Amino acid sequence: MRVLLRLLGFLGVHRWQVALAVVLGVVMMASNLGLLSVAAYLIAASALQYGLSQLTLSMFLVQIFGISRAAFRYLERLISHNVTFKLLSSLRTWLYGRLEPLYPARLLEHRTGDLLSRIVKDVEELENIYLRAFSPVVVAVAISTLTCIVLYVFDPLLAFVTLGFLALSGVGVPLLVSVLARRLGRRELELRAELNVQIVDGIQGVQDLLALGQASGQQRKIEDLGHKLGRVQKRMASITGLHSTLNDLTMNLAMLAILFLAIPLVNEGGIPGVYLAFLALLVLGSFEAVQPLGTAFQFLGRSLHAGERLFEVSDAEPQVTYPYEPLPPPRSHTLEFDRVSFRYGEDEAPVLTDVSFKVEPGSRVAIVGPSGSGKSTIASLALRFWDPTDGEVRLGGYSLPGYAEEDLRNAIGVAAQDTHLFNQTLRDNLLLARPAASDSEVESAVEKARLGEFVSSLPRGLDTPLGEQGLRLSGGERQRVAVARALLRDAPVLILDEPTANLDPSTEHELLAAVYEQTPGRATLIITHRLVHMERMDEILVLEAGRIVERGTHQTLLDNNGSYKRMIDVQNQLLLATV
Amino acid sequence: MAFGVLGAVATIAQMALLSKVVDRVFLDGESLGQVGTLLLLLLGAIVLRSGLLWLREISAQRGAIYVKSELRKQLFTHLMHLGPGYTKGERTGELVTTAVEGIERLDAYVGRYLPQMVLSALIPLLVAAYVLPFDWISAALLLVSAPAIPVLMVLVGSHAEKRMKRQWSSLSRMSAHFLDVLQGLSTIKAFGRGAAEREKVAKVSEDFRERTLEVLRYAFLSGFVLEFVATLSIALVAVALGVRLLIGSIAFAPAFLVLLLAPEFFRPLRELGVHRHTGMEGKAAAERIFEILDTPAPVSSGPAEVTSLGGRLEIELGDVEYTYPESGQPALSGINLTLPAGSCTALVGRSGAGKSTLVNLLMRFVDSEHGRISANGIPIADFPVEIWRENLALVPQRPYLFYGTVLENIRLARPEATREEVERAAELAGATEFIGRLPQGYDTGIGERGVRLSGGEAQRLAIARAFLKDAPMLIMDESTSSLDPESERLIGDALEVLMRDRTVLVIAHRLNTIYRADQIAVLDGGCLVETGTHAELIQSGGPYARLVDTYNRTPA
Repeated sequence: MRVLLRLLGFLGVHRWQVALAVVLGVVMMASNLGLLSVAAYLIAASALQYGLSQLTLSMFLVQIFGISRAAFRYLERLISHNVTFKLLSSLRTWLYGRLEPLYPARLLEHRTGDLLSRIVKDVEELENIYLRAFSPVVVAVAISTLTCIVLYVFDPLLAFVTLGFLALSGVGVPLLVSVLARRLGRRELELRAELNVQIVDGIQGVQDLLALGQASGQQRKIEDLGHKLGRVQKRMASITGLHSTLNDLTMNLAMLAILFLAIPLVNEGGIPGVYLAFLALLVLGSFEAVQPLGTAFQFLGRSLHAGERLFEVSDAEPQVTYPYEPLPPPRSHTLEFDRVSFRYGEDEAPVLTDVSFKVEPGSRVAIVGPSGSGKSTIASLALRFWDPTDGEVRLGGYSLPGYAEEDLRNAIGVAAQDTHLFNQTLRDNLLLARPAASDSEVESAVEKARLGEFVSSLPRGLDTPLGEQGLRLSGGERQRVAVARALLRDAPVLILDEPTANLDPSTEHELLAAVYEQTPGRATLIITHRLVHMERMDEILVLEAGRIVERGTHQTLLDNNGSYKRMIDVQNQLLLATV
Repeated sequence: MAFGVLGAVATIAQMALLSKVVDRVFLDGESLGQVGTLLLLLLGAIVLRSGLLWLREISAQRGAIYVKSELRKQLFTHLMHLGPGYTKGERTGELVTTAVEGIERLDAYVGRYLPQMVLSALIPLLVAAYVLPFDWISAALLLVSAPAIPVLMVLVGSHAEKRMKRQWSSLSRMSAHFLDVLQGLSTIKAFGRGAAEREKVAKVSEDFRERTLEVLRYAFLSGFVLEFVATLSIALVAVALGVRLLIGSIAFAPAFLVLLLAPEFFRPLRELGVHRHTGMEGKAAAERIFEILDTPAPVSSGPAEVTSLGGRLEIELGDVEYTYPESGQPALSGINLTLPAGSCTALVGRSGAGKSTLVNLLMRFVDSEHGRISANGIPIADFPVEIWRENLALVPQRPYLFYGTVLENIRLARPEATREEVERAAELAGATEFIGRLPQGYDTGIGERGVRLSGGEAQRLAIARAFLKDAPMLIMDESTSSLDPESERLIGDALEVLMRDRTVLVIAHRLNTIYRADQIAVLDGGCLVETGTHAELIQSGGPYARLVDTYNRTPA
């Protein structure tokens, strides 16, 4: 209930439009009701040879209803869709605002990679809450009330009986069907999920399946599951088919009941006979309003689930909060890790243990190690995506939590390994790093990141759209975009996370040379598994399983003949040009 | 469908009875007892109509279920025939969507839209034919107005169609944009663009709303036309009936019956309008499914029933050429290469040189149109595909792990293998230790509750599969990324055992693998440019020597 109220709260902003849409919806429904019942009256009255003057009104009404239904329906749909899109728009903006501070700590708690697409789907699900859940319920209640009031004028009993049938059709039948379908429905969902997993496995793993000679095995599995699903769906069909059947039956039985009750009243003169046809059609027509209730409840249920999941995420407290009274922006830019340990969750293994190092302005520090050793976590801690479990990360001598978010971001430029390319042009993707950058600055960053040749090969150069609808970049190209962004950012601290992954050796060499030229006076932290240009580092830290196992310069580490030397040896084994 | 027509007949009967009851009570003043029989008949008609409606629902859904299950089976089987060459890369996601959601979309199309199309032509005609004998004026009025509905809808529709198509794509782009932003949160945050991006989300949503509504106006217009014609002609029929009653040219009972039947006349058309959108979606999905089914499979099974090749395998490629259907240029041409039995050949070349195509040909994921590939002198195209593949074990760079336990994943290589055999294979692959660390060992479900295997671990499972399969030939795509030293060592040791006494083709990325190979085959631009041992090739100073040289010049 709380979830429902909160969701409806989003409608509150647009309450006048919502009210208007509901009123239009009621009028639209009432028009149809009016059209048939007044037409019935008209015919009956004409049969009694009423004077034309007495019939003018009903003739007029019939014509009006004939036109108004379509017109109001048109307006109602326009306004309700307008409201819905406004609702979605405000939901998205609100949710984005809530999620942004939560990233990444609280969002990755769920650890399922599809959390984000789940959120997007949930927002879409809420599209239905007004159009298919809220509005039909209100309209059904209004039309039922209206019908019963009219009937009450003739005879209270008619009103109560009709109300009973309406409730039966609108609430009783959906309830009955949902109870009957519950067990089967769950089974159907399970089977379908299982089938989907097998199909996805089959398509994504086709190479392995064929190579292992198991394609026909997988086909059989899918066929079997398909048959099982088919059997359940068939049984399900007789239950869901019951829905419309029972609705139809209740509607007609209600009409029959009204005839049964009204005929004696007509005989006794309690109701003028001319109204008999009117009553029958009024009752029949009123069911149009309650019949969508079954689906409305389904949509309501789904919307509530979606809302619940959304609120669960959005109500989480950010793991990292920024101070109300922050320190002034850092004056010096030494980045320092002081005995930093980190684990993602209470019961999880530590990712970093007791890591200490210092990057002074003008110096370069490299963190090397095999994948999974915790290198990238160091970048996340420096960016304060997380706070360390133990120890401190300091910038300019003060612990990071003292600074305002903006000052921290301004101080650090990062070329992230998982840099995201947005569905925009390449230029917009670069300008993200510094919206005010001039064209020549963008071009210079592109050149330094060794993207120049790539850009000139694009159909529309920097203005070529990227992503879903546009161009897809290779791993090496993405990486260079990330570096170009970091260079454009031009911040005092520069963090490069795997800047040369997926590059061929000569490009790798050129790119690093250009980056180092650009960065005198900056504190540069390079995180990499590629041991290239290591002699230019002031310090190299070798990370293994979250611990620094070796540290020193290129030469001292080679002399040590330890992990570093082994990594160099493995690297020498790679014929990189074949990548 | 037959139930739909019968249902319409029952409805006409119901309405006829209803009009008679009202007529007798209203004009003749009959009592409940006098119309009792009629009321009972009416009850019968009502129950019959509902029953037929139920049968109609059930039979429509059964039809849809049958079609879905049949198409799903065909689609999946065909995808398997099309193989990894077709399903790889960016297409994977789309194919999964088609096979999973596309098939479900057919429900509305096959179960509702198609039958409704027929019913919406049949039922109005049936109603009109019934009304015609006793009230030709109303029948004519209905019959004149009904065709106006499809005509006007098509007119409005075709005008809106183009705009709508464009808009539907941008409609889905709105959520795509949102997803894009959410996935890019870390980038947005790293560059301190949070607030700016929030405004953008609002602005884009707002833009989409305006543009979508513009188009929806057209879409709703066709709905308006349908409703307008239907309700207005009902109103006209009603008023005309009223006037004719006044002048006495029609009696009450038939007049009331016509009024009752007029909405029934338009009902199927209205329902068609309701199902139109889902129907269109289903149609698009169906078109895509048939498009996939019509794609010819790249491999045809061999005619000869050659089943066994003996223990050792020598492969010979003569003048092999292959061009992918969608590209104009051959991916491989003029390949002449012998893989002697029990030897190791290292395949070297830049990306795009044709290495994977060669593997695809050997695995018979695709068949070459020129040249021949033979095994121990028998063309491999003569084997039934499955039989041929029994001779090969493939260790891909990124093996796919299936939904299921570790045990099941290894056992895929030989479903009849005992648990002991699986465990033995895992041991040979150096996988025992990490499997032991999993919560339920061999019975741990992969992908459940955060059990994710690292690249090195997945590779060891693939090697275990290869051990279990124990095929005479091994094809392997060596890992390019460096793993932790422990994995490196274990995988290196395992491979050494695995390669022993087998015919091996390895896409090599590591010099020590290449050094140890019996021959090196260098591919460039789809052509075999050099073969020989490492020492020979270095000495000849050709492309291979240059490749190695590029690497060596890179300062460490």
